[in-house]
Amino acid sequence: MDIFLIGLIAATLRVATPLILGTLGELFCERAGILNLGIEGIMFFGAFVGFVVAGASGSLWLGVLAAILAGALAGLLMAFLAVQLGVNQHVSGLGITLLLTGFSLFSFRLVFGEPRVPPSIDPFSRLSPLGETPILGPIFEQYALTYIALAIVPLVWWALYRTSFGLQIRAVGENPEAADAAGVSVYRVRYAALMIGSGLMGAAGAFLSLAQLGAFTYGIIAGRGWVCIALIIFGNWEPIKVLWGALLFGGVFALQLRLQTSGLQLPYEVFLALPYLVTIAALTVAGRNASYPAALLKPYKRE
Amino acid sequence: MGLKIERVPAPVWVRPLIPIIAVVVTFILTAVLVVWAGANPLEAYYHFLIAPLSSRMSVLEILVKATPLLLTGAAVTFAFSSGYWNIGAEGQLYAGAVAAAWLGTLLGGLPSFAAIPLMIVGGFAAGMLWALTPALLRVKLSVDEVVTTLLLNTVVLFVISFLLNGPWRDPVSGWPQSPQIAESTVFFKLIPRSRVHVGLIVAAITLIVVWFIMSRAALGLRMRAAGLGQNAARFAGVNVERTMLAAALISGGIAGIAGVGEVAGIHFHLIEGISPGYGYTGIIIATLSGLDPLGVALAALFIGLIDTGAQTVSRALGVPAYLGDVVQAALLLTTLGMFVLQNYRVTLVRGEKRA
Repeated sequence: MDIFLIGLIAATLRVATPLILGTLGELFCERAGILNLGIEGIMFFGAFVGFVVAGASGSLWLGVLAAILAGALAGLLMAFLAVQLGVNQHVSGLGITLLLTGFSLFSFRLVFGEPRVPPSIDPFSRLSPLGETPILGPIFEQYALTYIALAIVPLVWWALYRTSFGLQIRAVGENPEAADAAGVSVYRVRYAALMIGSGLMGAAGAFLSLAQLGAFTYGIIAGRGWVCIALIIFGNWEPIKVLWGALLFGGVFALQLRLQTSGLQLPYEVFLALPYLVTIAALTVAGRNASYPAALLKPYKRE
Repeated sequence: MGLKIERVPAPVWVRPLIPIIAVVVTFILTAVLVVWAGANPLEAYYHFLIAPLSSRMSVLEILVKATPLLLTGAAVTFAFSSGYWNIGAEGQLYAGAVAAAWLGTLLGGLPSFAAIPLMIVGGFAAGMLWALTPALLRVKLSVDEVVTTLLLNTVVLFVISFLLNGPWRDPVSGWPQSPQIAESTVFFKLIPRSRVHVGLIVAAITLIVVWFIMSRAALGLRMRAAGLGQNAARFAGVNVERTMLAAALISGGIAGIAGVGEVAGIHFHLIEGISPGYGYTGIIIATLSGLDPLGVALAALFIGLIDTGAQTVSRALGVPAYLGDVVQAALLLTTLGMFVLQNYRVTLVRGEKRA
């Protein structure tokens, strides 16, 4: 296998990591019946909080933990609005994205002032558990968070389909009235799903600032949250299929990075836009047979 | 301890107070940030809300800020009222800005009275064009428009970056900005010694047309029917798909006009950060207005005040101007909550009882 392909596969896994984490996070929310459009802002907030905490404490892992907690806190707010009060999920989710983006930028100014170059940090180093093994060695030279993200996929599948908590999540996302009649606390399950899911989104953001970039920039998320929303539909709300979607997008993204330097006579913006256009195309193909969770977007009111 | 929630609608006299209560709650919540920034909240809110109203220049600046917001607010209101979730006003605004930058260098030979309307029509068409793909995917293939409009907001930024770093790069300065638009295509000033330009009149007229369509025209009636419930609307003989398509395209066009105003009235070339999120702010405005065009006017002026006030606070007290963004988003969430809470009485209960 040539060096180009090996590099491409390795980069795909790297680029896909925040998408896997973000998409699994959104999956928790949506399977419980809540569309969380706060994802873009929560990832931004996670990237920021993780960066600041890691910088202040000197521990990258503490930064990741803080990003997860920050995400869960944002999930709590989303749950209060969308579950407790039952307000419109589109608008409240976007509101949370705007709030957390504004809050992160406000805090950034207070902490870092107006630096000429984005502040940076010594990022996570990559692990190479397979050492110098040909082909697999360089492919699996990845950040610990990438391995964690890959391991979480089957874990989420197991949690959703093989545990009673997962059954409760799916029940409140499909038929909250029946779940309630069966003694499941719809509110409590939805709160939990939103907090767990948003915590994963926070981790996705921290991966970008603490591993992939080692810096915090204003454009660090650049629509990745919206891509995650699309990947869910593409993956038909199934954890394993969603993983393929994330790898596909990661692959296109990694490929465009390489095409930019390949000497192809096209403006680099064409390549930058490519993953987003591919996502829309994929939605068009897959979206027709999308089977949305039946109670998605419907607030549950126990009268 | 838990929350006990009962359905008890608020008395009628409370309803007009809801926006005011939401504003007060928002300012109490965001006071924490002001204190963190080392300023006195009361002093900050003086600079935020009162000081901008006390000088001629800043009052006029509120009108300048409100001009694109009136349009994006109207655009979002128009789409949302038909049940089409157009989150793409930001991208459609940029599409209109691109059209204005292009036409602005092309129509130099025409007199103003011909060039300016053509700029507006061009911006409307560009906004419509950018809204067309998600709208068609939605009505023909039922692809979720929220996702596609959001993704296209990111794509448009790459288009702009391509134009400004490639074919449109200013040949004189070498900066990533398009060549200056011709004199005759510039939106003339309404008020001397200010930045208030004719775009404000365009926005006002647009808002009146939107009000007319929504409340007096057959399309508006069909839109409202589709927005209230698609199946019921279909049963009543409304072609929901065509209605949504019309609402989506007109909405995109209106957002496109906002982009024309920013290029032709403020910057005179296309630059990368031409909108600090006016399209998303349009969603805030539409929500605050309760999807009512008159409410859009009030909300756009109020958000214009917050935008201007954020600059004033930043200059006077050194509080980062991003406070304005936080206040707007918090106001949105508080208002959403208030709309619901007005129908309920919430009481804290101690012990085992739960809602």
